[in-house]
Amino acid sequence: MTKDDKEDSKLVVPGEEIVSGLDYLVGAGTYRKGDKIYAKVIGLAKTSGRVVFVIPLNGIYMPKRGDYVIGEISYVSFSNWKVEINSPYDATLPISEIEEFVEKSADLSKYFKVGDLIFAGVVSVTEGKIVQLTMKDSKARKLYGGKVVNITPTKVPRLIGKAGTMINMIKDKTKCIISVGQNGRVWMKGEKENLATDAIALIDKFSHVNGLTDKVSEFLEKGDKNEKA
Amino acid sequence: MKKPDDMKLIVKGKRLDGRKLDEIRPVKIEAGVLGRAIGSAYVEVGGTKVIAGVHGPRGVYPKYLEKQGRAILRVKYSMAPFSVNDRKRPGPDRRSVELSKMIKHALEPVIFFDEFPQLSIDLFVEVIQADAGTRAASIVAASVALADAGIPMRALVSSCAAGKIEGKIVLDLDGPEDNYGQADLPVAVIDGTEEISLLQLDGELNEKELKEAVQLAVSGCRVIHDKQKEALRRRYQ
Repeated sequence: MTKDDKEDSKLVVPGEEIVSGLDYLVGAGTYRKGDKIYAKVIGLAKTSGRVVFVIPLNGIYMPKRGDYVIGEISYVSFSNWKVEINSPYDATLPISEIEEFVEKSADLSKYFKVGDLIFAGVVSVTEGKIVQLTMKDSKARKLYGGKVVNITPTKVPRLIGKAGTMINMIKDKTKCIISVGQNGRVWMKGEKENLATDAIALIDKFSHVNGLTDKVSEFLEKGDKNEKA
Repeated sequence: MKKPDDMKLIVKGKRLDGRKLDEIRPVKIEAGVLGRAIGSAYVEVGGTKVIAGVHGPRGVYPKYLEKQGRAILRVKYSMAPFSVNDRKRPGPDRRSVELSKMIKHALEPVIFFDEFPQLSIDLFVEVIQADAGTRAASIVAASVALADAGIPMRALVSSCAAGKIEGKIVLDLDGPEDNYGQADLPVAVIDGTEEISLLQLDGELNEKELKEAVQLAVSGCRVIHDKQKEALRRRYQ
């Protein structure tokens, strides 16, 4: 985190005034009343240009078009799969959205069966919150083996860091393959899975603290030495 | 309840527990006390101890309660068997159903329900020890728990009671004052302003007294509102 961010982010609680004046625009987690902008949720208030927004410190995952999520197949039907995506809304993966060609009346569990993990893209979310996933994406894939940990979904941006700095550091230091879903699920595979898990738990706990990257870096160095000794 | 004849609730301008007439009991609020609920809070107002936990937003079962395009709030208030002197028979009763509804209505005006279509925010309030003002303490705990859960809210709801004992208007009744007093007036206020989201009256007050009592209760709510904000901030320090 740079110095500017430090001055910029402020812990706010619901109903707290963030800025006053019509020059500012209402962003996520805020609302306007009169000429003032107030916080809707507990979180860190920031301004980016004219937009004022609050990064929430807690909350559930609300699916959004363009997100990538880690889901678990929960049901196989004759034309689609139901996928559990760590959200109150269930997602659907239709056969038209997988790479392979599906024969007529084929048993769909030969492609994905109940319990399989997938890294998939969200193609659409309707107003009625029907979520459709796709595997026809360069990043989408089935996840084999490895380990899944959960973090608070609203803290995923912090885990990734600015332009991926944080997650790349963890990947680098632990030599693990890591995939982060926007829904707060993190899949990893590698020898130092436990170290990566602890580092992720640390980020979840101290996401609101300034200078987190340094803290995590220090933690990883220490863990690395302990493992060698 | 009949007051013993020799009992005095106000002695030399001070109340039985040594408070002034316009003084609230010591308040302690803590956010995020439970590990399994997404948001939680513990509140102590004098001898009244309340814990609140929030689940969700999550799917609504039974399905017919579901609302298109918005979420619903479900509240369950209940008292522990050991919360009162004689054992309280566990389970829902007339009083707890009423209080659940009161708490729900007091909190509903501040929540942005339209952000969670077809979901339910489930709030549970458990009274661990009762010493008057459990509904006020429940609202205080509930709104901190909701904020802790990251639920979008317009502001926090604070609550405090005023009442009348021995002809005098006082703030925040305790057990004996509630039992032997002449009136009890719980008030809930949005964002420490004068926007009232709950007003009940048990007993008799004339117009002048009512105005005075409401004013006094609102001032008590302001004190609690500051403590609520402080408790939420303390969680992340």
